[in-house]
Amino acid sequence: MAEPAAILAMTGITKEFPGVKALSDVDFRLFPGEVHALMGENGAGKSTLIKALTGVYDIDGGEILLEGEAVRFTGPLQAQQAGVSTVYQEINLCPNLSVAENIFIGREPRRLGAIQWKKIHRRATELLRRLRLDIDASALLGTYSIAVQQMVAIARAIDISAKVLIFDEPTSSLDAKECEQLFRVMRQLKDEGIAILFVTHFLDQVYEVTDRVTVLRNGRLVGERLTAELAQIDLVAMMIGKELEVLEQLDEQPKSSPAALQDASPVVAASELGRDGAVAPFNLAIHRGEVVGLAGLLGSGRTEVARLLFGADRADHGQIRVDGTTVAVRNPRTAMAHGIAFCSENRRTEGLVEDLTVRENIILALQAERGWSRPIPRRRQEELVDKYIKALRITPANPDMVVRNLSGGNQQKVLLARWLITEPRLLILDEPTRGIDVGAKAEIQRLVVSLADGGMAVLFISAELEEVLRLSHKIAVLRDRHLVTEMPNDGVDVEHVMRIIASGAAV
Amino acid sequence: MTASLSGHMSALTRRRLFWPVTILIVLLLANLLFTPDFFKIEIRGGHLYGSLIDIVRFGAPLIMVALGMTLVIATRGIDLSVGSIVAICGALACLWISGQDDQNSVAGVLTAVGLALGLALVLGLWNGFLVAGVGMQPIIATLILMVAGRGLAQLITDGQIITINSTPYKLIGGGYWLTVPFSILLALGAVALAVALTRRTALGMLIESVGGNAEASRLAGIGSRRIIVMVYVFCAFCAGIAGLMISSNVSSADGNNAGLWIELDAILAVVIGGTSLAGGRFSIGGTVVGALLIQALSTTIYTVGVPPETTLLFKALVVTVVCLIQSPAFRAKVFQRRRRPSARAAAREKTKVEVAP
Ligand SMILES: Nc1ncnc2c1ncn2[C@@H]1O[C@H](COP(=O)(O)OP(=O)(O)OP(=O)(O)O)[C@@H](O)[C@H]1O
Ligand SMILES: [Mg+2]
Repeated sequence: MAEPAAILAMTGITKEFPGVKALSDVDFRLFPGEVHALMGENGAGKSTLIKALTGVYDIDGGEILLEGEAVRFTGPLQAQQAGVSTVYQEINLCPNLSVAENIFIGREPRRLGAIQWKKIHRRATELLRRLRLDIDASALLGTYSIAVQQMVAIARAIDISAKVLIFDEPTSSLDAKECEQLFRVMRQLKDEGIAILFVTHFLDQVYEVTDRVTVLRNGRLVGERLTAELAQIDLVAMMIGKELEVLEQLDEQPKSSPAALQDASPVVAASELGRDGAVAPFNLAIHRGEVVGLAGLLGSGRTEVARLLFGADRADHGQIRVDGTTVAVRNPRTAMAHGIAFCSENRRTEGLVEDLTVRENIILALQAERGWSRPIPRRRQEELVDKYIKALRITPANPDMVVRNLSGGNQQKVLLARWLITEPRLLILDEPTRGIDVGAKAEIQRLVVSLADGGMAVLFISAELEEVLRLSHKIAVLRDRHLVTEMPNDGVDVEHVMRIIASGAAV
Repeated sequence: MTASLSGHMSALTRRRLFWPVTILIVLLLANLLFTPDFFKIEIRGGHLYGSLIDIVRFGAPLIMVALGMTLVIATRGIDLSVGSIVAICGALACLWISGQDDQNSVAGVLTAVGLALGLALVLGLWNGFLVAGVGMQPIIATLILMVAGRGLAQLITDGQIITINSTPYKLIGGGYWLTVPFSILLALGAVALAVALTRRTALGMLIESVGGNAEASRLAGIGSRRIIVMVYVFCAFCAGIAGLMISSNVSSADGNNAGLWIELDAILAVVIGGTSLAGGRFSIGGTVVGALLIQALSTTIYTVGVPPETTLLFKALVVTVVCLIQSPAFRAKVFQRRRRPSARAAAREKTKVEVAP
C-alpha cells in the first residue's frame, strides 16, 4: 500500500488514572481510506485511546495531529465538528424519536430559531440512501432492530463530513448477517476516503475488513502491521504477549464430554411456558451436567426464554418444574431459591451496579440470597472475590475498584463471577463472552465445560453459532419467538443450524 | 499497586468530607469574632452549657430527620412528608399528655411517646407502600402526606396550640442526663444505631445497590420493595422522634408551624454531606456534618446580627457557596488552569503557555 499522509497521528499518548497507567507513550496513526483495527486484551487501553482522541479524557502527555494540525478536543461534540465521529457499542439514541430526528438531534438545522423539519427529513433520507439502507426516516427508531439502529448511529456520525470514523466494538451485539451489512457500509465509507478505526475482539472480522492492525498490551503499543502480512497466530501472540503453549491451549477445543451423567429427570423443565408478545409457549428440559445451547437471530426470543425461566418476566402460560415438582417462579428471588441463576446480556442496565466496587458487585447475588441481616463475613468475601478475580483474570486485580472504571470486558467478567459464586444448579448465560478478549473467552468456555462436568446444568445463549455448537450437548433453535426445534449436538454443523434458522423448519 | 490505589481511595473519601468540615469550622470561627467566648463550654448547675452545645442541641431534630432522609435518598427516593410527620407526632403526644390528670406521670408520657412513634411507623409504612407497592414516584407519593399531614396535625390540635406542663416529657427535647442534653444523646444513639444497622449488616450495601441500579438489583435477587419500605419507615420514625424533641423543648404542639420546611433543610444536609440525589452511595457521617453546618449557619445569622428580613437570602447565599465549592467541576474551573476553549486555538494557546513562563 502506498502511504499517503496520515490523516490522524497520535504520538506519545499517556493517560494515567489514579493507580492505573491506562496508556503509556502510545503512538497511533490512521490513513484516509483504510480500516484500521485496534486490538488488545480486555483493559489494554483501546477505549481509553479513543476517549483520549475525542476529548472525553484529558491526556497527561502526547500530541494529536489531525490533518497535520495539533488538536486537543474538549469533548466528543467538538471532535465531531472537526470530523472525528464515534459510534459506541451501547447505542445512545432515543427509541421514541423518529429516525430523522435521531440523526439530527442536538444539531438541528434552524432558521430564525425554528427547526427546519422538512430539511431534516430530506437530508436524513439522502443519508440513508447513501448508505443504501432501506429505512423510513419518519418511522420511530424503536421499531427497528438493534442492527438497524446501529446503522442510524453511523448515519448520524458520518453526516457531519466525517473524516475519521471510530467504531468501539460495534459488532458484539450483532449476528452474522447484521455484521455483513455493517461491513458493507464500512467498505463503502472506506472507498469514499474516510479513515475508519475499528475495535473488535473477533479475529475473523479483523481479517475480513481491516487493512492494518495496531496492537496494545497493558497500555503500551506492541506494534502496527498490515493485516495481510500478519498471521493470525502472530496477532494473538502480540495481543497476549505469550508464545506457543498458550496458543495451543486456545486452539484446543474445549469440547464438552458427552453428558454421561444425565439423570432420568431434568433439573429444570419448562412445559408450555410462554408470555404473550415475548415468546410462544415452549418445552425445554435441561439435565444435570448438560449444556443446552440456544441458537437464533437477534430478537428471535433467546433472551425472552431465559427471562421466563428466571422469573425476570412473568409467564402467561405454562409451568416450570424443578426436579420434577412444579414450582412457582414469580420473580428472580424465587428462581434463585430454586437454584436458577441468570447472567444478563445487558451488563450496564440489568447487570452491574456501576457505583459499587468489584467486591460488592461480585457478592451481590449471594448476599441477596442470604438476606440483609446475615452479611457475608469480610474474610469470606475476600476469599471468594480473590478466587474469581484470579480465575477470570479480572484486571486490575483490585476488589475495591469501582466497577464503572473497569474496561468493558472486565465488567463482563465481574458479572459472570457474581453468578458463579452462588453455585447455582442451572446457570443461564446470555452472551457471556460478549466483549471478552480471545484468551479470556477460551477460558470462559473451558469454565462452562468444567462446570457442566461438575454437574451444573447450563443454558448457553450466544450470537456466535460456533461457540454454541462447540459447547452444547443439545441445541434449541428459535425463530420469530418460537422454539422451532431441539436436537442433540452430534456433529451438527453451523450450516445446518443456519438453515433451520432461515427456514424455520427442522431439516 | 494495590496499596497505592487504596491510598488514593481513602484520600478521596477523606476529601468528600473535607469541604463541609472546613466550612463548618470557618463558620464557627466567624462566630468567635462576634462572640469571644463562643468556644467556651462550662458546667453550670450540673449541665453542660455553651454555644457549641447549643448548636448540637438545637440541631438534634435536624440530625434525626436528615438521618432518615439519607437512607431514603440513597434508594433514589425522597421524603417530603417528614415535616408533617414532625408536626403530627408532636401534636399527638401533647394531646395525649394534656388529657392526663397527672401530666407528670411517667406511664402517661411513655404511652404518649409510644402512640406518637407508632403513628410515625404507620405513616412511614404508608409512604413505603405508595412508593414500593403502588410504584408512585417518591416525590409525588410523599407530597401527599406532606400536604395531608399538615391537615391531620391541625385536626389533632384542633387548630390550637396545645400547651402542656410535664417534666418527664420535657426531658426528651429540653432535659439533661448526666450533664449532657438528652436530645444530643438521643441523636447520637440514633446515628450509632443507623450506622450499625447499615454497615454491620448488608443493609447498607443493598440500599446502595437498589439506589444505584434498581433493575440490576431486582435481577440479582434483592427484595428491593422490602428494602424501600424499610427505609421509608425508618425515615418516618426518625422524623417522629424529631417531632417529640421539638414539641418537648417548647412544651407545646403547634400543628401549623412545627417542623415547617425541615424537609428542605434535611435534604440540604444530606446533599452537603456528600450523598447524591441520584441515589447510590450514602454517608451518614457526612449527613451529620451537613446538619450541623446548617444549624451553625442559623446560629451565625443571629450572632452576626444579619437583619431578619435578609436571613433567608443570607442562608441561600452561603448554601450556594457551599455547594459550589463542593463541586469538583466548579473547583476545577476556578482554581486550576482551564481546558482550552477550542481545539485549534487550543494548540496555539498551548505553545503560548509553554513560551510564556
Ligand atoms: N475512568 C477510569 N478510572 C480509572 N481507571 C480507568 C478508567 N477508565 C479506564 N480505566 C482503566 O484503564 C485500563 C484500560 O481500560 P480500557 O477501557 O481502555 O480497556 P479496553 O482496551 O477498552 O478493554 P475492553 O476490551 O475490555 O473494552 C483498564 O485497566 C481500566 O480499568
Ligand atoms: Mg473497551
